[in-house]
Amino acid sequence: MKEEFRIIADLVEINTRVLDVGCGDGVLMEFLKNNKKINIRGIEISKDNVQKCVSKGLTVIEGDAEKDLTQFPDRSFDFVILSQTLQAFLNPEIVINELLRVGKKAIVTIPNFGFWKVRLHLLIKGTMPITKKLPDEWYNTPNLHMCTIKDFFNFCNTRKIKLDKSLSFHNKKTSLIKANNLNIKNLSAELGIFLIEK
Amino acid sequence: MNSINQIKKIIVDKPLKLDCGKIINNFPIAYETYGALNEKKDNAILVFHALTGDQFVSGVNPITKKDGWWSYAIGPDKAIDTNKYFVICSNVIGGCMGSYGPSNIDPTTNKILGTTFPVITINDMVNAQYNLLDFFKIDKLFCVVGGSMGGMQVLQFINNFPDKAKIAIPIACTASHSAQNIAFNELGRQSIMADTNWLNGNYSNENSNPDKGLSVARMAAHITYLSKKGLQEKFGRKLQKRDNLQFSFDADFQIESYLRHQGSVFVDRFDANSYLYITRAMDYFDLIKQHDGNLSKAFIQSKTKFFIISFTSDWLYPTSENKDIVIALNAIGADVGFVEIESDKGHDSFLLNVPEFLGTLKNFINTSYSTN
Repeated sequence: MKEEFRIIADLVEINTRVLDVGCGDGVLMEFLKNNKKINIRGIEISKDNVQKCVSKGLTVIEGDAEKDLTQFPDRSFDFVILSQTLQAFLNPEIVINELLRVGKKAIVTIPNFGFWKVRLHLLIKGTMPITKKLPDEWYNTPNLHMCTIKDFFNFCNTRKIKLDKSLSFHNKKTSLIKANNLNIKNLSAELGIFLIEK
Repeated sequence: MNSINQIKKIIVDKPLKLDCGKIINNFPIAYETYGALNEKKDNAILVFHALTGDQFVSGVNPITKKDGWWSYAIGPDKAIDTNKYFVICSNVIGGCMGSYGPSNIDPTTNKILGTTFPVITINDMVNAQYNLLDFFKIDKLFCVVGGSMGGMQVLQFINNFPDKAKIAIPIACTASHSAQNIAFNELGRQSIMADTNWLNGNYSNENSNPDKGLSVARMAAHITYLSKKGLQEKFGRKLQKRDNLQFSFDADFQIESYLRHQGSVFVDRFDANSYLYITRAMDYFDLIKQHDGNLSKAFIQSKTKFFIISFTSDWLYPTSENKDIVIALNAIGADVGFVEIESDKGHDSFLLNVPEFLGTLKNFINTSYSTN
């Protein structure tokens, strides 16, 4: 978790306005606030989590990212972060478009469904994969739209979304994803981290 | 009401031009304080009260001998901790707890003002109360906070004095009184004015009192402060001290008896004309119109940090109207937090023991203060 936060912190520039979409209990916001001189806000759907954020002194509004991002003007944030929640939305495409409208740049991290352990689980066991990053059963998972690193990479390319930086993350190691190593990274990485802009 | 003379007051000698055009002079603002102002004078919290509130937010109200109206939220170690903060609350103008209002005596005629009192607005209330900052020599408040009409005053305060509060907490309120809000207030006013004892507002000079009208106004309003679910759970169809329906118009049901009681205790502490004036001020409140339809403009000058709170079962000032304020603030990149608290207690939730609300309020205030 902390490692992923550090990578995100490295992507965010100082003295910028940042929005954490689906900020949960504010653990990433707190990390960024303590480690980087930025002005950070959050939007979170769960009342409990909003209250936890408030108790940490974080500025958070209760809201649904699929509906409530509309209230933010175009390019009102320098960075918009979506950490491991894209797969939980009813319509990820609309959310991505909103992120890129509200933010000058967006940082999106996704649990990679193409990771070899996930593939092997489905191949050998024939049941929906359960891993450390994907701990829920098929019937109670909040994840509606799982995708792979390759899916997201292609999604951006076909929509002319600029991939400023594509990183794969596994066993505390980060490396660049490029067109020529895409298939390997898609197999070997547990997490994809993308800095994108329109 | 002899103890009314012991109420703390300032006399404002700076003329105040009201929205109606009239200028008022040398008028009283009754106030109360809790806790102590620190040396840096950075711990002051100005609380704005709602329609039927007063300056006695905590402890025992010396006039009614009941607990202060926001005792759940304000006091030692409470959400607004008076061991730490200096809490000021004053009675709004138009009120009946010592501030300039329709029950004051007109020195030129020696008669009670009644409906010769000018129609006032939320803006007038806020401008009048601002004089307390001068009185306490406070350059900048730490916080302005209030629920319902108190929340409207918070919004108007930031609009009028953008750099005079570090944080602002409008609770269960709106930036623009809705048709439904106006309708309920009009029902209350008509009930008072339909009472033959109202005497066109001149009842006090004639030793009369429109108790029945005011009581019905309170009963109707009280329903709007509760939720259907809350009422059903508390009262259902339970009968009042009887086993069977009486086939009469007595209070057969507990809810009837409860409302009658609420109405009858209210008339002992509240002036009917004040009720007319204050509800009118609420109806006239439209901060959106004050800025030609763009609410964001009300806050654009301000660096105040906002936290907005609404309640799930509040249908009088619903979450959607509170959220409109959040949206207006986000549109200009203001520092704003927002949470909707889960509660069955309706609009009254902010006055009651709702732990999630009180905890959130406490956390927001304390974390904001420590980042001084």
